[in-house]
Amino acid sequence: MSGPVEAGRRTSLRTALDGALALMSVLLVTQMWLLTATLESDLAGHHDAAVPGVVLSALLFAGCAALLGFVRRLDRRMR
Amino acid sequence: MSGLDDSAKPGDGPLWREEFPVRAVDERLVTRRQFAKFLTLTSLGMLVGNAWILVRSLFKDPAPASVAFRIAAASEVPPGSVRLFAYPGPNDPCILIRTAADQLYAYSQKCTHLSCAVYCDATARTLECPCHNGRFTLEEGRVLAGPPTRPLPRILVERRGDDLVAVGVDLQVRA
Repeated sequence: MSGPVEAGRRTSLRTALDGALALMSVLLVTQMWLLTATLESDLAGHHDAAVPGVVLSALLFAGCAALLGFVRRLDRRMR
Repeated sequence: MSGLDDSAKPGDGPLWREEFPVRAVDERLVTRRQFAKFLTLTSLGMLVGNAWILVRSLFKDPAPASVAFRIAAASEVPPGSVRLFAYPGPNDPCILIRTAADQLYAYSQKCTHLSCAVYCDATARTLECPCHNGRFTLEEGRVLAGPPTRPLPRILVERRGDDLVAVGVDLQVRA
């Protein structure tokens, strides 16, 4: 009887994994936009955007790293 | 994922396969974990890029404020002509346009979009950026068209005797 339960659990874990990967992609696209915007602002001579750019980028990277940890944990549970 | 065919027994295939048990199909497979790692490393690259911009802006030489710089003698820039110069530093290209005897316009030549050099279109009375078709007014340096969002920094020019002298930069940034 554990077969369907196990299959359901694996499906939900896989969905969570896919969701985490999708979220990571969104964070990465946001970070790319942020880098472009900061560079453009800096090249135009407005250097005041550099600090908030780094802070936001660090937050987005932290989010990506946390999601990587989540993905690895789920991946281990699926094995 | 060892890359080995589970059904294969040692001795079934050629010796080189036993000694080099890697299958091309498995090598091409990207697992979710590998993809997540790739995304995180790319994210780290973006962070490094942002940090580089910060370091670059922190260590950039501050522009000397209001240093007078002789551009040229007024007689060397007749009406209808353009003169290029560097102000306030040697790496800050500027453009001086004289449309009439008493009409002088000077701006930073770096487009406020991505720092391409703008040139003067005398017939349209605009400054054009050839990279992305940014366009600025000749009289104020205001953005007319294209991707730039900020006006061109204006170079303040004074006439001292027969000399045209740059005396400052107005970034024209509105609060």
